[in-house]
Amino acid sequence: MDASSFLHQLVQQLINGISLGSIYALVALGYTMVYGIIKLINFAHGDIYMLGAYAGFFATTILKLSFLPALVFAMVVAAVAGIIIERLAYRPLRNAPRIAVLITAIGVSLLLEYGMMLFVTPQPRTFPAVFSATVYNFGGLIVNSQQVLILVTAVFLMVTLTYIVQKTMVGKAMRAVSYDMDAARLMGIDVDKVISYTFALGSALAAAAGVLVGVYYNSIDPLMGIMPGLKAFVAAVLGGIGILPGAMLGGVLLGVVEAMVSGFFSSTFRDAAAFAILIIILLFRPSGLLGKNIREKV
Amino acid sequence: MLSIQNIDVYYGAIHALKGISLDVTEGEIVTLIGANGAGKSTTLRTISGLLKPKSGKIVYEGKEIAGLPAQQIVGMGLSQVPEGRRIFANMTVMENLELGAYLRKDKENLAGDLKNVFAKFPRLEERKAQVAGTLSGGEQQMLAMGRALMSRPRLLLLDEPSMGLAPLLVKEIFSIIKEINEGGTTILLVEQNANMALSIADRAYVLETGRVILSGPAKELAASEEVRKAYLGG
Ligand SMILES: Nc1ncnc2c1ncn2[C@@H]1O[C@H](COP(=O)(O)OP(=O)(O)OP(=O)(O)O)[C@@H](O)[C@H]1O
Ligand SMILES: [Mg+2]
Repeated sequence: MDASSFLHQLVQQLINGISLGSIYALVALGYTMVYGIIKLINFAHGDIYMLGAYAGFFATTILKLSFLPALVFAMVVAAVAGIIIERLAYRPLRNAPRIAVLITAIGVSLLLEYGMMLFVTPQPRTFPAVFSATVYNFGGLIVNSQQVLILVTAVFLMVTLTYIVQKTMVGKAMRAVSYDMDAARLMGIDVDKVISYTFALGSALAAAAGVLVGVYYNSIDPLMGIMPGLKAFVAAVLGGIGILPGAMLGGVLLGVVEAMVSGFFSSTFRDAAAFAILIIILLFRPSGLLGKNIREKV
Repeated sequence: MLSIQNIDVYYGAIHALKGISLDVTEGEIVTLIGANGAGKSTTLRTISGLLKPKSGKIVYEGKEIAGLPAQQIVGMGLSQVPEGRRIFANMTVMENLELGAYLRKDKENLAGDLKNVFAKFPRLEERKAQVAGTLSGGEQQMLAMGRALMSRPRLLLLDEPSMGLAPLLVKEIFSIIKEINEGGTTILLVEQNANMALSIADRAYVLETGRVILSGPAKELAASEEVRKAYLGG
């Protein structure tokens, strides 16, 4: 490969990687928010993403909504689902050992996957083309309109989330609960409500990612959340779990690495590369890229 | 204003409070002293609703509050400055103060209250944009107190406000506590520094291993042989 075609390939894969990575980032944010507040790795989170994709699918096919209303619809459906799941499955275990909650999360995940199969069959569905796919060619670099859509939507949602968490009272309450639950109670913060709100926000972001993936790959199925869910978890750990900018960075980084591996080697190694990176980074920075290197209190 | 009647509190199998009763009348400063592990913090945590008593009553302004969720109790005008300050170290001084006012509905009065807090603790105003975790110990104590004041408490519980502070700062903190009380806030003060606490309090209770063993006017206790020996260093 000569230098110019190498450079070309590099930039092309960077573009592909960033758009894929912003999907991981959206899902990773939910993992990291929930972990930050109740120290739970919510293994059902990837399935919320799947649920969001289906909500978006039915919103466009049955309700005949266009992209934006369908996106909002899916986000609302997932937010409600997130609240219900937390209320029914996790809240009763608030004072239970962590392992019990983790196992419950895996149970919820399986329930969502196979429950969904019952309702929509295991057959993949073709996501309707809500966006005319235009391909832009900048001197050989291919950018399609869906990639632009993914990037714009993801950036908008991440900016909005950052604003909510940093500037609004409910965001400050979330940070307070995440830092010190009892001290937050002494401020008059209703911890249960804040936890519900966190699940709602995280789930809505995952649903947005699900819809975007539906638009991008045109195909959705009840098990579609497993691998992206796992990778988003990797992204969250990579960036430093519990840290919002870490999830964004980890997501984009993971996407770019995957795209590079697919572009320069083979897409068969893509997933292996993702996890290899996780292991290597965690060897050197156990708390993730943006994490403070302190041992967790037990 | 506050009446605790015969409460028992457990941590699992540990019987931390064994039938404690105490009263706080409006306008008073009441202090709770006792050795490490006597149950002082446990008493305050139970009043605030962070712990639930197994038996007994806690009546605040005529209402039974034992078992109510903590956030509801704060809303009734009962605030606590917890042991070890427990400020939100990753947030700014200003954000900490805003969280203190979390339940306030009368947003129009917040600016005035903030001014009052800054008047009491000028150092907080200078550092309002600073991340709270980088404040000195004394400043963190001021922040914890300012944060509690932002909820406009009628009863303020203070858990060892002098902990880890230099003598000069301890004096300053105690004179501010007195000032807060003169401004109309009733105070229940837990202290290791029994000397100082008895000097500003109206009444005192002495706790030992989960029981009240002595109580009375602060001056009398400060003069009593028993208290002098055990808590005032002879
Ligand atoms: N979370 C907990 N779990 C189990 N036991 C506890 C817990 N917190 C306190 N205790 C026990 O309850 C008793 C009372 O503790 P508490 O913290 O109320 O004492 P204290 O009077 O505030 O002491 P100090 O002056 O050291 O702050 C102690 O024996 C302590 O070991
Ligand atoms: Mg204590």
